[in-house]
Amino acid sequence: MNYDQLRHLADSWGLVAMGVMFVTFVGWTFRKGSAQRLDEAANMIFKDGCDDKAR
Amino acid sequence: MQATVVRAGGYVAVMVVAVLATAKAVDGGFAVHMAIVALAALIAAVATLRTADFAGTRVIDRSEYDDEPVRWGVIATTFWGVVGLLVGLTIALQLTFPALNLGLEWTSFGRLRPLHTSAVIFAFGGNALICTSFYVVQRTCRARLAFPTLARFVFWGYQLFIVLAATGYVMGITEAREYAEPEWYVDIWLTIVWVAYLAVFVGTLVRRREPHIYVANWFYLSFIITVAMLHLVNNLSMPVSWVGSKSYSAFAGVQDALTQWWYGHNAVGFFLTAGFLAMMYYFVPKQTERPVYSYRLSIIHFWSLIFLYIWAGPHHLHYTALPDWAQTLGMVFSVMLWMPSWGGMINGLMTLNGAWDKIRTDPIIRMMVMALAFYGMSTFEGPMMSIKSVNSLSHYTDWTIGHVHSGALGWNGMITFACMYYMTPRLWKRERLYSLRLINWHFWTATIGIVLYTASMWVAGIMQGLLWREYGADGYLVNSFAEVVAAMHPMYLIRAAGGLLYLSGALIFAFNIGMTIAGKIRDEKPMTETPYNPAADRPLLAQPAE
Repeated sequence: MNYDQLRHLADSWGLVAMGVMFVTFVGWTFRKGSAQRLDEAANMIFKDGCDDKAR
Repeated sequence: MQATVVRAGGYVAVMVVAVLATAKAVDGGFAVHMAIVALAALIAAVATLRTADFAGTRVIDRSEYDDEPVRWGVIATTFWGVVGLLVGLTIALQLTFPALNLGLEWTSFGRLRPLHTSAVIFAFGGNALICTSFYVVQRTCRARLAFPTLARFVFWGYQLFIVLAATGYVMGITEAREYAEPEWYVDIWLTIVWVAYLAVFVGTLVRRREPHIYVANWFYLSFIITVAMLHLVNNLSMPVSWVGSKSYSAFAGVQDALTQWWYGHNAVGFFLTAGFLAMMYYFVPKQTERPVYSYRLSIIHFWSLIFLYIWAGPHHLHYTALPDWAQTLGMVFSVMLWMPSWGGMINGLMTLNGAWDKIRTDPIIRMMVMALAFYGMSTFEGPMMSIKSVNSLSHYTDWTIGHVHSGALGWNGMITFACMYYMTPRLWKRERLYSLRLINWHFWTATIGIVLYTASMWVAGIMQGLLWREYGADGYLVNSFAEVVAAMHPMYLIRAAGGLLYLSGALIFAFNIGMTIAGKIRDEKPMTETPYNPAADRPLLAQPAE
């Protein structure tokens, strides 16, 4: 693949693929039922009230 | 027992090879470096044998986190922080009073400047990132470090990298690539250390006892992986000799420049931003004792940074031989970066929502809030400066230096100090820090220092830019370069004063950390009083009618 082909891939399908991936990753946080899971994840660092012991 | 002896033997073999390389070296700098490597290998061999558990009686307490490398990291961060800032103050004074170059090649500005930048970014910042990542990944995974021996190798290997890089700069060994100055053999060594670091981090993630990987670890992982990629590509070069310190880059001309600034800007983006945001996403919620404002926003923040940052590098090459479309691409992505940056800042600040009084009562939180404020300020200033028309004024001037320092001193420095204050009493099992009031002193000296630094550099930079571009009716430039330098002298003095204040704050920090480790507690008035009036704290009794 030469520079010209790479460049055209980058500003067509490459760009579309990147855009779709980004929208998917961000959209994933808005799916149904995610609010509770995100809340659990945010509070995970306080779980069991102790953070100095390994399991 | 056998494994220990084999390992020590391996170190001795490395030492022998290094001694041979010293003898065969084609330049003095390489000889000195190989002698340092030989010495390091000897120390490693002796340490391996002396700490070996020949009787096989040592018991590892698996109910505790593996914090030994984290403790070393706190000490290393403190030490290199003071060293890096001291060299920074030195070169600021050299710019003000050129006689301080001492007329020696080893102490000239050109050699001390990379020493300063690498010491503060890679020695101070890098040690802070490695030790906080080991601290955070264990606690968020509820598991001990995956490869304990490898984790210790990462720490000491990284210190050896720092020593080789720093001594190299002073001796004039440099690839002349900004923030990637070390020569080929030091680059190879850093690659080995970095792969070990990745293995320890990912290994711990794999062994986690929690189903979810906390967002701070996403930021740490992106920092480790991206820095590995940047380091490998930017340092592709061909050594002149296998026993010499000089190499030539695989790229030439504008391709070389773009590779360098693709590296350079993403070093800012992933080393100084993503890694330190990881610290923010763990330590700010822990210190405020409330969860991050919006976990969803933290994930959106993460992916936006990842997708946008990597394209912003070309803004370092405005109005150069770089194709126009690439310059515009760099500018557009830099401006877009403003949004996720402020998303992250808001997320951090709003974590304090409902507990804003802690800024008054908790000096560590005060420091974290100041760090986030500077993160917000410099991530607004950066996109603005990347706009071509602004850049035509600001580029090559001291405005850039001011911008970098508002980010580095304000954001990276302050958040690192706050995290060290958080971790130290916990790591050494102390009741509290030696002194909370000294954090206040540190906070104010550092803050005033940054204000003096950035304000003087704004004035110096804009003045410099305007004086450079001024031309008369006949088309000649009005001001010579030396005249512009002379005009900036007062600003350079103010900047050095700011640097002195910031260094003083760091010395107070080092003293506080040192005394905490020593187990001392300062007898001082607490930060808050509990207002209580026992006489008024009573029910109203029914009064008999008059």
